[in-house]
Amino acid sequence: MAHEHDDDGHHHGSELSEMQLRVRALETVLAEKGYVDPAALDLMIEAYETKIGPHNGARVVAKAWHDPAFKQTLIADATKAVQTLGLISRVGDHLIAVENTPKLHNMIVCTLCSCYPWEVLGLPPVWYKSAPYRSRAVNDPRGVLTDFGVTLPADTQIRVWDSTAETRFIVLPMRPAGTEGWSEEKLATLVTRDCMIGTGLPKLASEVA
Amino acid sequence: MDGIHDMGGMHGFGKVEPEKNEPVFHAAWEGRCLALNRAMGAIGAWTIDEGRAGIEALPPDVYLASSYYGKWALRLHNMVIARGLAGADELAAGHALRDAKPLSRKLTAADVPGMLTRGSFGRPAPAPARFAVGDCVRAKNIHPATHTRLPRYARGHVGIVEAVRGCHVFPDSTAVGGGENPQWLYTVVFDARELFGEAADPTLKVSIEAFEPYLESAQS
Repeated sequence: MAHEHDDDGHHHGSELSEMQLRVRALETVLAEKGYVDPAALDLMIEAYETKIGPHNGARVVAKAWHDPAFKQTLIADATKAVQTLGLISRVGDHLIAVENTPKLHNMIVCTLCSCYPWEVLGLPPVWYKSAPYRSRAVNDPRGVLTDFGVTLPADTQIRVWDSTAETRFIVLPMRPAGTEGWSEEKLATLVTRDCMIGTGLPKLASEVA
Repeated sequence: MDGIHDMGGMHGFGKVEPEKNEPVFHAAWEGRCLALNRAMGAIGAWTIDEGRAGIEALPPDVYLASSYYGKWALRLHNMVIARGLAGADELAAGHALRDAKPLSRKLTAADVPGMLTRGSFGRPAPAPARFAVGDCVRAKNIHPATHTRLPRYARGHVGIVEAVRGCHVFPDSTAVGGGENPQWLYTVVFDARELFGEAADPTLKVSIEAFEPYLESAQS
């Protein structure tokens, strides 16, 4: 029996073969025309697969938990604060950090497309770009949190930030209890991607200790 | 454009389904597709707003049925044809059949490190900001048939200016080739009950990033 295989050696539905062929044709034609260099595409893909990801955001959060002066700068001007960390990718303008407190929980969405702080979190996960998240985050964030297994106290205020312009948001979650005296490096291990989007909470100290 | 992309507040799409240990790309073509789209943007084939409008121009049934990078591939296909950068016959053949239309530059490996930083969309202000923090504003009830970043769920509703974010490239203008036409940008926060009615979560507030032309004063 014949099986179709993609470049990864898996076989998938028909969209894959159709899209694989379409993208291959686009790349060949645009490279032959001299618009793009396939080596540049390789480098870009490598950067997003290996260098730019939520570990960058985790460093930002851990430093903010560890260093009150940095936290102050981060809340005042996140672009400037993150620049000082010397991450692999410089941060574009208008990064905004929003702080969770015992009374307030923040959540980030882009209802119109998929705007996301790539430099600190990498490329967005599929669910972030999906219709269920984009439709429900603004009118039923508690329901969305339930889908992630998160329940907040009934009186916690919820603030949803719809990324409708070129401003980008990152949530500064609350530092978990029982982490007094931890190093920045150890604190970073508590920070998940989802807690920086607001659909999750940081790990508990007991989960990494 | 009152399109299917404008999903905020819609019902019926079901649960959010996070994937455990999700890979950055689910197939090799997704990465090629992302990089190709970014590359064509970087050499100035189209602006970020024209690119978004290109996604929104997909028919609603295609939009809903396509994966994220599937939409990007269709957008790229449609836009290189629309801009005369490649012909439908060439994309069908999988090879260039004619000389290239000149673009200002080619994207090379040396450009990539710089591309990993987002562009800056802040611009000098042509006029003072009309609104200030604390002002009561109404999102206009407008329905442009072209690209806009004012979501439907906010239109006609009253909120408070929470922050003034500076003056930025105006997507509604660049998306239709109208130039950058910089406008003041505000964070406007709405009570969920104002947006979605009395049954909405009383603990919820939602903000949008609103360009000045989207807003009118609602001061009493």
